[in-house]
Amino acid sequence: MSATTTNPFKTGQKIAVPAKDDGGLWGYLRNYGQRVRGGDMGALPAVLGLIVLSIIFSVARPSFFTPANFANLLTQAGPIVVIGMGLVFVLLLGEIDLSAGFASGVCAAVLAILLTTHGYPWYVGVAAAIVTGVVIGLLLGFLVAKVGIPSFVVTLAAFLGFQGVVLWLLDEGTNISVRNDVIISLENEYMPPLVGWALAALMVLGFAATQLIQQRNRRRRGLPVLLWQVVAFRVVGLAVLVGIAVAVLNEERSRNALFSLKGVPIVVPVVGVLLLLWTFVLRRTAFGRHIYAVGGNREAARRAGIAVDRIRISAFVICSAMAAVGGILAASMARSVDPNTGGSNVLLYAVAAAVIGGTSLFGGKGRVLDAVLGGLVITMIINGMGLVGWSSAYKYVATGIVLLLAASVDAFSRRRAAASS
Amino acid sequence: MGTPLLELRGINKSFGPVQVLRDVAFQVHPGEVTALVGDNGAGKSTLVKCIGGIYPSDSGEYLMEGKPVHVHNPRDAASHGVEIVYQDLALCDNLDIVQNMFLGREKKSGMILDEPTMEQLAQQTLASLSVRTVKSVRQQVSSLSGGQRQTVAIAKAVLWNSKLVILDEPTAALGVAQTQQVLELVRRLADNGLAVVLISHNMNDVFAVSDRIAMLYLGRMAAQVKTSDVTHSQVVELITSGRSGTLGLAEEGAAA
Ligand SMILES: Nc1ncnc2c1ncn2[C@@H]1O[C@H](COP(=O)(O)OP(=O)(O)O)[C@@H](O)[C@H]1O
Ligand SMILES: [Mg+2]
Repeated sequence: MSATTTNPFKTGQKIAVPAKDDGGLWGYLRNYGQRVRGGDMGALPAVLGLIVLSIIFSVARPSFFTPANFANLLTQAGPIVVIGMGLVFVLLLGEIDLSAGFASGVCAAVLAILLTTHGYPWYVGVAAAIVTGVVIGLLLGFLVAKVGIPSFVVTLAAFLGFQGVVLWLLDEGTNISVRNDVIISLENEYMPPLVGWALAALMVLGFAATQLIQQRNRRRRGLPVLLWQVVAFRVVGLAVLVGIAVAVLNEERSRNALFSLKGVPIVVPVVGVLLLLWTFVLRRTAFGRHIYAVGGNREAARRAGIAVDRIRISAFVICSAMAAVGGILAASMARSVDPNTGGSNVLLYAVAAAVIGGTSLFGGKGRVLDAVLGGLVITMIINGMGLVGWSSAYKYVATGIVLLLAASVDAFSRRRAAASS
Repeated sequence: MGTPLLELRGINKSFGPVQVLRDVAFQVHPGEVTALVGDNGAGKSTLVKCIGGIYPSDSGEYLMEGKPVHVHNPRDAASHGVEIVYQDLALCDNLDIVQNMFLGREKKSGMILDEPTMEQLAQQTLASLSVRTVKSVRQQVSSLSGGQRQTVAIAKAVLWNSKLVILDEPTAALGVAQTQQVLELVRRLADNGLAVVLISHNMNDVFAVSDRIAMLYLGRMAAQVKTSDVTHSQVVELITSGRSGTLGLAEEGAAA
């Protein structure tokens, strides 16, 4: 096919290109305000939620606002965030995967059986768990895209089916403990303080470098560039946030003089790498662009020559593979796998994480970062209510209300966006 | 007259029991605007979708520059230089103008999307079409007006090295000024050597810009004539009854 683009009108006219968004910093802020009022709230609700929840729980229970609990929060959020990241892909298509929770349970069971029962090394177990996830995703995607069954039905059936598979794998409900050091370290070990600082510096420098390179490339082409204040704000903001987090996590958390407990949980860089990977895929590759296109207007995507079925199947594969990673983290956190791994409210929490972060249930809108922010909100609710001593009854009700709130924000922003065009 | 750029012969297309196109012949010449007219439901959009590879035709020949080609999907059509601006605009609301214009054919460096190049080309194309109404090419399509969307869709079609641009009722939803702009644009595309097919219900538009008129009547090609050889009322008669004097379908007998 012809990949050349030619301009049919070679009139030789020079095209006037604005050097930067007019209106300066004020114009930028006004623009941002308009976007928010127009329904495009981005990460705002999740960030506000995190701030409000921190204040409430810190007042109610001072032990909430401690380095030890901060580290707890991050490790607890691990599985929810990772499963939520995978769900973002399916939600972007306007589909749903109700089976992601139990898919993570099946994959965790595969891991535990290979490691504990058969004594394989950790990487074999991890690879097998992820391959199991990929196979599950292929099956779900095939049934949705090729056979044409609504994803709600396919994954509801899988939700029930996988529950049975977990029971079968675990011999009707025995609990298999996981003792592999590498797997256990994921959710239970911490990086040496210096390594934490080094990774933080690397992250901030890497972010600053990509921003600067992007802006330079655009300026060279005469394309509009961001105000330098905005770029500086982003870089400095990230540096401050990451810096505070690492400093807090590097504080001594042990109350016992005999051993030391400090550093950034290992799970944090694991989630960070996944966040970078999938953000790159969604924002910088044609595949990612096509996911948004299929979610926004499937017929338009088809007419643009996009292999829609393949995109839909891939999204389910990514979702189930990420569920496998989430299952591995859950196995690490519990140090065992039982029939309830990935069960009860794991799926609900993961969907809620994506939606609270700003991913739309209607498809076409969402980021992988949403699952991280929303996952932190959800974990903060669970963790904080636990500390305050509220019963499970309240936790369920509160989480349900938060999910409904997030979905309302989603529906509301859609209405605003539709009305403003 | 030289070889037509596109020639269809004996195209049939049914949706289940409903035959929408019957033995349709159609020719399009480079440098000309060919108007495709017909009543609602005559099969104009279906014919266009067959040309664009959206629907496979049941039978018939498809020739580009005199050579038979096979068009099974939109990519095949694009590879032969055929671009279609659909009536139901095929744009993704959740993507911006640049992303829509390059959808399915993104510029890449390695495996990474080459955003600056795409943005620059999109901007140049819009500027060359004298489009001044869009504020930024990074605007989401959901924030555009009907006319702006139409412009983006047309710009998307001419961005590629296309030989044939087909516009399905591009002015149906537009105001007077925007209609005028789009028609001027259509004329300029043809004057630059492209073959253009324009579907329209508006006889004034058809007579203003077209070189030839093709008339579909109940899925059959009633006539294809030079615009200068016919009058308004003849065209209207052909559209409504399939016949006008010596022009049009011979007898109703076979179809009834
Ligand atoms: N996908 C489809 N399935 C079944 N019938 C269709 C389909 N598309 C069009 N038709 C029918 O084909 C006929 C021609 O439609 P169309 O090509 O849209 O006409 P026009 O564009 O000339 O108004 C109509 O009777 C319509 O109902
Ligand atoms: Mg039509």
